[in-house]
Amino acid sequence: MSDFAQTLITAIAIGSLYALIALGYTMVYGILKFINFAHSDIVVLGAWSSYTLASRILPKLGLDPHNPETVPPIWVAAVVLLAAMVFCGAVGFTIERLAYRPLRRAPRLNVLITAIGVSLLLQNVGQLDFVFGASPQKMPPLLPSWELASFTFGEGETARRLVIGLVDVVIFSTATSLMLMMQYLVFHTKLGVAMRAVSFNTDTAALMGIPVDRVVSFTFVLGSILAAAAGFLYVMKYPGMNQPAHTIWVLLGLKAFVAAVIGGIGNVRGAVLGGFVIAFVEQFGAFYISTSYRDVYVFTLLIVILLVKPSGLLGSPLREKV
Amino acid sequence: MANGPSSSSTSTTSASNREQGREQRTGNAWLGLLPIAGGLAIAALMHFCLPGLIGQFYARIVTDIGITIVLAVSLNIVNGMTGQFSIGHAGFMTLGGYTAATITYYGSMFLWDSAGKHGGFLGSGEWLFIASCVAGGLFSALAGYIVGLPSLRLRGDYLAIVTLGFGEIVRVILQQTGKTIDSVEEFKNAGWAQLIPPPVGGAVGFDGVPKYTNLFWVYAVLTITIVVAYRLKGSSLGRAMISVREDEIAAQAMGVNISRQKVLAFVMAAFFAGVAGGLFAHERGVIISPKDAGFQRSFDYVIMTVLGGRGSITGVTLAAILLTALPEVLRDFEQYRLIVYSLLLIFMMIVRPQGLLGIHEIWNFWQRPKSSARSASQEAQA
Repeated sequence: MSDFAQTLITAIAIGSLYALIALGYTMVYGILKFINFAHSDIVVLGAWSSYTLASRILPKLGLDPHNPETVPPIWVAAVVLLAAMVFCGAVGFTIERLAYRPLRRAPRLNVLITAIGVSLLLQNVGQLDFVFGASPQKMPPLLPSWELASFTFGEGETARRLVIGLVDVVIFSTATSLMLMMQYLVFHTKLGVAMRAVSFNTDTAALMGIPVDRVVSFTFVLGSILAAAAGFLYVMKYPGMNQPAHTIWVLLGLKAFVAAVIGGIGNVRGAVLGGFVIAFVEQFGAFYISTSYRDVYVFTLLIVILLVKPSGLLGSPLREKV
Repeated sequence: MANGPSSSSTSTTSASNREQGREQRTGNAWLGLLPIAGGLAIAALMHFCLPGLIGQFYARIVTDIGITIVLAVSLNIVNGMTGQFSIGHAGFMTLGGYTAATITYYGSMFLWDSAGKHGGFLGSGEWLFIASCVAGGLFSALAGYIVGLPSLRLRGDYLAIVTLGFGEIVRVILQQTGKTIDSVEEFKNAGWAQLIPPPVGGAVGFDGVPKYTNLFWVYAVLTITIVVAYRLKGSSLGRAMISVREDEIAAQAMGVNISRQKVLAFVMAAFFAGVAGGLFAHERGVIISPKDAGFQRSFDYVIMTVLGGRGSITGVTLAAILLTALPEVLRDFEQYRLIVYSLLLIFMMIVRPQGLLGIHEIWNFWQRPKSSARSASQEAQA
């Protein structure tokens, strides 16, 4: 019972991260119809820039997280998060402006290849010695390791503890509030209407006076901001950070993309649903079947969903016009 | 891919291909074997002369280049000719490589009581090796068939994710395999339970594979790959593939069975990738490991097909030579290698999206005036 509950808590926390990343994939796909392979690298950028802030810049301000006497207060974590979000938003804007905008009318395959190029570029620039370096680091603890609730099941030798940590609650609440903001933005503001219009039909939207380029830029910035938040929250949960080009980051991004596809690509609510579905399959599969095959479950689920319902759980079927 | 300039140039290439095809058909059928015989002769010449001329180190780079060309040219059948987007080519390569290595390693133990090399040039050991490479190719082709099946329902970028997922699945599964059996006695006494699934070393890689790969076999396989790819490009089958790339709906309307073409492209590409994987696994100084199935390696081959020109066999060959040789020559440059590649990729897509040679072969550039005059007259007629 406690194992089940612990897996459930992890699945919810990880699921909300997948959902955050998947939102970025799905919005870009909805509007520009290509997989933004560089999105996972924005997540990495979010994680590593918040690491740089926390371990290089905070100590200079007299807030060394490693020193027990100068542990920064909790609000510092929020500042780091915001700074990472702003930085990644700016990077996302630049990428769209320089690499993707010249290809607005190009075949989709070319844009996809460019996206792979941008992804490789970000990874390998991040690996340079004077940027982030090519060795793993440990994220300093910005959040206190409080246990908000703990339950004990069973007695004596077989006793198991169930812990709900502050980190899990922060991840879930931050992610949920960001997703609710997104929901409001997309469905209840003028900008959201413009985004949906561009995604529905770019040319018609342009004819109706919607500034398509600005909307696309905004979508990229928004997606990058969410990705940065996801990167920050991910290293809060798992402080052992791998180097920027490590497979684990690409896999994180890939799973989030799988989440977006499973939920129905282009569909904002579908991405959130897909994120949780993926996390549940992965975490419960890892716990009850075998940990080493956790990536296999996700991709198998993807292939099955694509074969059974290619438009995803909440997506509407695409019809190709001649 | 139906943008203006590329679609008009397609008609010129296919026209020149058709003409060449007609010339070949009227000539002696045996002449078709000439390129293969020539390639084998060059391969044998390279095998005996090259290591003496340029030394072992550079001979190894030349071997690497040969294997890479086989992989890039075979990926070009899917990505370049058929217009699908596979980023799991390294997965096929590694699958074929492991299959071949398993056969030679345990096969040698079974036949000759030792996992070492057996026999000299063209000796029995080498024949086992080449047969195992073909078996690796066939196994890989089977996997290609299975991966190709979803492509019937998936469009471009979804397929990319499925192939990427395939590579990752291969990597994870190979990591779970058991330790290799080192001694012959242990192998002979092992029951079926120990041999299925084959113990191929898990995450550390498959060590101890006999190192049969030499310049002759690499360039013999390369010759066959290039000849097959080139003949395919000119054949009705290849033109059907190209039509799928240019416009699926139009191709279907002209009676092309698009799902058959896509799966066929996958199977062929996977076969050659599997054979190349066999060569790779038996190369001196290489320990094939699950890491090789990862997407980083697949990206390398994708970059080659993109830079060379999608569908251009000579262009892709050129790109494969350049991108394999450059990092070997510029060792200190390693840290910046992928940065330069990626900038090149982004820059190419903006400035010259059709790749270095576009869809042309290198000799089309010498024939240019003639073929452009012909296409102009064709356009005038139309």
